[in-house]
Amino acid sequence: MNMLQVSVWRGAASGGYRAYDVPREESQSVLDVVTYIQRSIDPTLAYRFACRVGMCGACAMTVNGVARWTCRTHVAKVAKGNAIQIAPLANLPVVKDLVTDMREFFDKWARARGQFAPRSTRKDDFARVASGSPERVAANAGIECIGCAVCYASCDVVSWNPDYLGPAALNRAWTLVNDVRDGARGERLAAVAGDAGCHACHTHLSCSERCPKNITPTASIAGLKRAVALAAWKGEL
Amino acid sequence: MKNDYRARNHPAWWAFLVHRLSGLALSIFLPFHFWALGQALQGEARLNTLLRWTEQPLVKFAETMLVLLLAAHLTGGLRLLALEFLPWRGWQKSLLGWAAGAALAAGLAFLLNLV
Repeated sequence: MNMLQVSVWRGAASGGYRAYDVPREESQSVLDVVTYIQRSIDPTLAYRFACRVGMCGACAMTVNGVARWTCRTHVAKVAKGNAIQIAPLANLPVVKDLVTDMREFFDKWARARGQFAPRSTRKDDFARVASGSPERVAANAGIECIGCAVCYASCDVVSWNPDYLGPAALNRAWTLVNDVRDGARGERLAAVAGDAGCHACHTHLSCSERCPKNITPTASIAGLKRAVALAAWKGEL
Repeated sequence: MKNDYRARNHPAWWAFLVHRLSGLALSIFLPFHFWALGQALQGEARLNTLLRWTEQPLVKFAETMLVLLLAAHLTGGLRLLALEFLPWRGWQKSLLGWAAGAALAAGLAFLLNLV
């Protein structure tokens, strides 16, 4: 039987790679490989997944040095020869093995004012937003984010400045800046304008390169930079 | 955990590196540039001696590299301005190709003019 040599990170912040031999299958995903190891070789392996179909964003890991959603990543696409290395996501504290602590990642969404702040109440009529309006088009471009943290793990600026809000939180803020029903534009622009906000982006485009949903957070961050500059020019910040 | 080179191995990150390193190299060269121009203040003979020195093949090669760095930094900067200020159309990779091509063309044009 054709076997795949899998090297998996075991431990937390300190630890090491352990080698496993996993049978190669047709159309095998990296998540299938991790699941095989846990169910058939070593039940103490910790990893996280939920939907298995690229919707929930839970199963992201570092595969051969690159952050990926493992449920939709075929082994055939990423294996070097017959070998594969699987590690937890970078830029996040490791809880155990392949499981990272996502608290800081999601706290930054809140810090970037990622909550929708409605201008109207339930007593008001439905808001009518034209599907072709520039704001709606801009929001649409970023709204399919599944919160997998692949962009966050790929971002060098997050590594250099742990306070940096990161691509996902800034992308979320940009979708809300373009939501005409939202009433917290000023506060949100102020929240993303600081030292750890949109202006800290170095335009490496790693987030846009790695996003499994083909979102370009770099474009959202560039939009925030322009919106912040315009607001500052008008004296609104 | 930290990322290694594998996470950074994509065209846009290489473009960032070229832009940053060319900028650093140019800023190191700038004082020499001003020093060379300053030789004119010491009289025509002094400047001519320096200009004759720059006719050597090795200096000409270094000059070509300098033109290449300058062109790379210019086109890389234009690319960044386009990314920041123009509507996003998913053509950032084509833009990278154009920036690299234009920089190389400028360097080659300078070299052709020399030979």
